Amino acid sequence: MKFKEPIVLVALLLIGWQLLYLIVGDVALRSPFSTVQNLKTLLEDARFLPHVRETALAFTQGFAIAVVVGLLIGVPLGAARFAGEVAEPILVALYSIPKVTLYPVILLIFGIGMPAKVAFGAIHGIVPISIFAMNAIRNINPTHLRTARAMRLSTFDLIRTILVPAALPEIVTGIRVGFSLALIGTLLGEMFGSQRGLGHLLMQAMSLHNIERILALTLLLVVFAAGINALLLALDRRLHARV
Amino acid sequence: MKVLLARTLLIVGAVALLEILCRLGVIPNFTVIPPSAMAQSLWKILASGKFSEDIAATLTNVGIAIAAAMVVGVALGTLLQSWPAARRTFDPLFATYYAVPMYAFYPLLLVIFGLGDFPQIAIGFLLAVMAVIINTLNGLDRVPPVLLKTARVHRLGLVSAALRVRLPYAAPYVFTGFKLAVAYSFIGVVGAEFITSSRGIGYEISFAYNNFDNPVMYAMILFILLLVISVNMSLHAWEKRLLARRRRA
Repeated sequence: MKFKEPIVLVALLLIGWQLLYLIVGDVALRSPFSTVQNLKTLLEDARFLPHVRETALAFTQGFAIAVVVGLLIGVPLGAARFAGEVAEPILVALYSIPKVTLYPVILLIFGIGMPAKVAFGAIHGIVPISIFAMNAIRNINPTHLRTARAMRLSTFDLIRTILVPAALPEIVTGIRVGFSLALIGTLLGEMFGSQRGLGHLLMQAMSLHNIERILALTLLLVVFAAGINALLLALDRRLHARV
Repeated sequence: MKVLLARTLLIVGAVALLEILCRLGVIPNFTVIPPSAMAQSLWKILASGKFSEDIAATLTNVGIAIAAAMVVGVALGTLLQSWPAARRTFDPLFATYYAVPMYAFYPLLLVIFGLGDFPQIAIGFLLAVMAVIINTLNGLDRVPPVLLKTARVHRLGLVSAALRVRLPYAAPYVFTGFKLAVAYSFIGVVGAEFITSSRGIGYEISFAYNNFDNPVMYAMILFILLLVISVNMSLHAWEKRLLARRRRA
């Protein structure tokens, strides 16, 4: 029963895609079936895999930096109420600006290539992860902390038995949001300042008006992002249900 | 008050630090120019009216994207809330929507619609509309049953019940959606302009970058940041007032 809705949804999306294809035709779109075939050919192409590896490498590094830095910013801000109140609107403002405009700055600092992509992925992911981590720590029930003090828990036990279990669900939510944004950031980075990677291939296909390629890449990215997100979401819901 | 003071000091301090580092040459001028130079250049550009057309184009596109996202989002949210089967079906889509890199669709939109304003508006709209739908649903879920019963007693139809009872009750939540829609529309439109377009603020930034024109580039970056931050701040203040009034009532 649990899997019925996603299947219906995917079927509906495929039907919608096919209908759109029947309306606009070959000029601008390909059918779902031929796109899957194109993607298969692409994945079998030896020249394609280095690009996937490049994007995967840039994204993994950017995401890892985003998680570490995001937690390093968010956790202390959640623990220190005053500092948190000072920083929160600044973080929210940073979240809402179009970070793509900062891309030239990143490129001027890091130069074209891997570091710029990693940095761009990281700055997209850091802010949401730190906002969620801050709120996770801030919203820990004070009674739990007082109980811990009454029981004279050591710092290590406090972290292990109270802080981590209480804050983890929200932190995982933040990591889920940060994951998506870091992926967007990495791809955007590759679109402008790179000669390799999936973002670069997208940009290239766009200027060559290569519709098969655009669709195959978009499908690959969407399936990857949606798949990982579904896994993280399942973890997220399990953790939230436990509390 | 102390919080506000500390925040102002923090921001002023950060800007001053950047200024000093740039002036001392620790950060070379071809990487980042001093904030004072950015402001000066921005003032000159705004006074000369050189980019007025681009600014107007971006603001118009963002405005259209926000308006469309609001209308479509509230309508779809209301529809889905009263149709549980459809809502259950689309629920996985809501949960995954923002995980999908929306800009990946931009090349496709360019191919379908050509290089006009439409693809940028579409990206802004697509990013914004889901926030409105989700927040509308969230608000409508919280309407107390007694209000719904009252609507039924007064024999309000579906549409008038939605317009007179359910949506007004959900207004603060819808406003949160609106706030997000504004931010996402800016992100979508300016980002799309930056990737490929023929005009707009994002386009001018990428054009200046490609020509190593740092004063113009940083001026326009500063402009878009100040614009987006002040719009968001005013919406935030407005939201607080709305919520305060509701709590009093």
